[in-house]
Amino acid sequence: MAKQTKTLNLNFGPVHPAAHGVLRLILELDGEVVEKADPHIGLLHRGTEKLIEHKTFVQAVPYFDRLDYVAPMNQEHAFALAIEKLLNLEIPIRAQYIRVMFCEIGRILSHLLNVTTQALDVGALTPSLWGFEERETLMTFYERVSGSRLHANYFRAGGVHQDLPMGLSGDIEKFCTNFPKIIDDLETLLTDNRIFKQRNVDIGIVTKQEALDHSFTGVMLRGSGVPWDLRKSQPYDCYENINFEIPIGKNGDCYDRYLCRIEEMRVCVNIIKQCLKNMPKGPIKTIDGKISPPKKSELKNSMEALIHHFKLFSEGYRVDPGEIYTAVEAPKGEFGVFLISDGSNKPYKCKIRAPGFSHLQAMDYLIKGHMLADVPAVLGSLDIVFGEVDR
Amino acid sequence: MKITKLNNLEKAINSSLAARVKSSTIRFNQLTIEVEIEDINKTILFLKTNEKCKFRQLIDITAVDYPKKERRFKLVYLLLSHENNLRIIINSNITEKTTVPSITKIYPSANWMEREVFDMYGITFKDHPDLRRILTDYEFEGYPLRKDFPLTGHTEVRYSENQKKVIYESVKLEQNYRDFDFESPWQGTKYIKDQIKDKD
Repeated sequence: MAKQTKTLNLNFGPVHPAAHGVLRLILELDGEVVEKADPHIGLLHRGTEKLIEHKTFVQAVPYFDRLDYVAPMNQEHAFALAIEKLLNLEIPIRAQYIRVMFCEIGRILSHLLNVTTQALDVGALTPSLWGFEERETLMTFYERVSGSRLHANYFRAGGVHQDLPMGLSGDIEKFCTNFPKIIDDLETLLTDNRIFKQRNVDIGIVTKQEALDHSFTGVMLRGSGVPWDLRKSQPYDCYENINFEIPIGKNGDCYDRYLCRIEEMRVCVNIIKQCLKNMPKGPIKTIDGKISPPKKSELKNSMEALIHHFKLFSEGYRVDPGEIYTAVEAPKGEFGVFLISDGSNKPYKCKIRAPGFSHLQAMDYLIKGHMLADVPAVLGSLDIVFGEVDR
Repeated sequence: MKITKLNNLEKAINSSLAARVKSSTIRFNQLTIEVEIEDINKTILFLKTNEKCKFRQLIDITAVDYPKKERRFKLVYLLLSHENNLRIIINSNITEKTTVPSITKIYPSANWMEREVFDMYGITFKDHPDLRRILTDYEFEGYPLRKDFPLTGHTEVRYSENQKKVIYESVKLEQNYRDFDFESPWQGTKYIKDQIKDKD
């Protein structure tokens, strides 16, 4: 008589330390082999898109910090670029360099978190302790420039909110000289580590074609050997003037994606250094008084400045009617904003394209046939943050 | 350079799909085409496979609600071509009752995107393998991103000490949600209004 087997349904999450947030994964197991994975998402859905429709363009910026909350400024960047294109604004060179520099800082923030927590998921505790120390340093840069460690609300349509405070660029430069040593240290812990390799090499392999079919972007795509980076192919702000290379993986497994992220952090340091070197002096936001608020000193002396200030913080600015899709290379992949303006002071529609959404969607096909213990490894290398998946 | 590439693409699409493309525009350096919803599968398949287009990646699917229009929703498909380094936006206007052909057979990643559109706007898709709600709560009612859905929603949840479980109640606001409208209807005196009109 044939032996009867039964599949086991397992509820992974929504409060599981390896689920990287609030993911509920319903796994169908045959012994220890995963046969089907059905991610249930939306537990962190806050209706960002709906809320943005009810806020003026300036008021909508902070919502973008709360999407991918480990690299907030990269999201703001996409929104700022969308408005700038609709308004046909010119952005001062200094502002472009500041924005690019902070986006790269955000990329290091995100990759540090991802690499170290992925190591944590497969059993290594030390990297996260080392990595979080550096993250804290980077977040103090955020704090010094914007006033808050995480939810920066720093980028504006037409530039940035305020100039770098005294001494910040020196400290960032100091960080840039020290940080490559930290990456080396992290690598000594992980790259040749036997356990780390056993858990990651040849796990969750994605071929080029599959990566395209499943709408993968960012490291998920580059890890599979597709040389595609929006910073290079569709450069925005001052990325055109910066020399950098893009690391590309070969096998498309979890281990290659880890290597890509490590290399990308080195590239980030390089870009930040170039930004600091080439950053000119000058204004940090557009001088168009209809878009950016006047200086405080002007408020006391100029009637026009006072009117602009009042109008900007009550009505806000109006954006010409139009539809636009802009995308930036966020640490996790292509982060896009599809913005429709009807000519009023509020967006008519603001669709947020989060990279993690399509990555998580592929979970079922990535994990099919793998062991249960590989679920955290694959999930870790997808680089999921629920702020952006659930919006 | 990019503009000429876009123009060439527009010509190529218009000549091959002449019967299907209702209109095409290039604005803000991006190409937008409009098609009828019945043709969406064929158009997208053509854009994916044609040698000149090669839009091999689906970026996103979304919808826009215009409650006053007869064809209420506008479906938006965003595609990306790595080879040509180009993007395209495909629009299609549909009524509330239209069932849209699913494109999951062409791009597997359309699965969740269509589910999200269904969840947020209540647009249904034909031949979709698994059309369930995705972002909202289990047993949620209504379609949140429609313009007639209130920002505060209809229900709220709390833990009830008496019943020892999480319960749903209709939303009670201590203060009404105030949607400030600062847009001044005042456009200036008559001669300024005329000047603005002349400009347009």
